[in-house]
Amino acid sequence: MLTTLSKDTMAIMREQDVVPLRNRVKEVAVKIGMGLVNQTKLITAASELVRNMLRYGNGGDVLIEVVSKGREVGVRLTFSDRGPGIPDINLAMQDGYSTGRSLGLGLPGTKRLMNEFSIQSTVGQGTVVSIVKWKNG
Amino acid sequence: MDRIPILRMGAFLLVTIQVDLYDRLALSLEADLVDMVHKTGARGVLIDISSVSIVDSFMGRILGNIASMTRVLDAETVVVGMQPAVAITLIELGLSLKGVHTALNVERGMTLLNDKFGQDDELAGDDADDAE
Ligand SMILES: Nc1ncnc2c1ncn2[C@@H]1O[C@H](COP(=O)(O)OP(=O)(O)OP(=O)(O)O)[C@@H](O)[C@H]1O
Ligand SMILES: [Mg+2]
Repeated sequence: MLTTLSKDTMAIMREQDVVPLRNRVKEVAVKIGMGLVNQTKLITAASELVRNMLRYGNGGDVLIEVVSKGREVGVRLTFSDRGPGIPDINLAMQDGYSTGRSLGLGLPGTKRLMNEFSIQSTVGQGTVVSIVKWKNG
Repeated sequence: MDRIPILRMGAFLLVTIQVDLYDRLALSLEADLVDMVHKTGARGVLIDISSVSIVDSFMGRILGNIASMTRVLDAETVVVGMQPAVAITLIELGLSLKGVHTALNVERGMTLLNDKFGQDDELAGDDADDAE
């Protein structure tokens, strides 16, 4: 079972909100003693998801939590938007699939970088992506 | 407005990225570099990312774009100084930086460019056996 030890929310409305979000995620990761490689993976994943949220979901909120499970402690990030949603999640999760003429790496790459990854999306309502990186994961 | 300075060093241009790039800054760097290569006839571009802590797919795409655009203008781009944690993350993310040369640091990047043009240009025919 996952226990939340602390939480904090940031609203993402514009491109200028991306760097402060990265900085906040870094602060939290450093605070729990996460190593540099895992920090880099987490911040890169956050950067991908926040970019998707701005580009495809018209912005939204990011919930930043310190969580624990057994003896593990880590950071969970939840990205929620009220955009158009994703009609076919399996397709969106494939390397190279992009409706934005981009590389199509954000979602599948983020999943590879994280210990836990979940995505829920409803067409017309929005998308929620949640990721966890354990300190020693 | 913020801009990333581009330094001219002989036949090469050097850019040192010291801040986390947000999108508009990255896009203006792309435009400025292409412009500078065109104006100066530079043969190489060195992009030093040793102070950059994150390279995501957006930034990777910008680096790739710069490399292909400068190539069309007959200049090669070398990305230098990538931190190990960034390299590990890039590979796992799936970003290959295809078509972008990389080197450990500015000095090695310069050597790479010099070797390249040493062979293509006026030193053609010379076996360039003084390379270390
Ligand atoms: N929050 C979202 N809301 C609606 N659609 C989304 C959202 N996130 C992703 N998508 C859809 O899923 C596709 C794949 O996303 P992914 O991040 O993997 O690639 P990309 O953003 O197109 O390219 P890259 O991330 O490599 O720049 C997107 O092209 C878009 O169609
Ligand atoms: Mg994306």
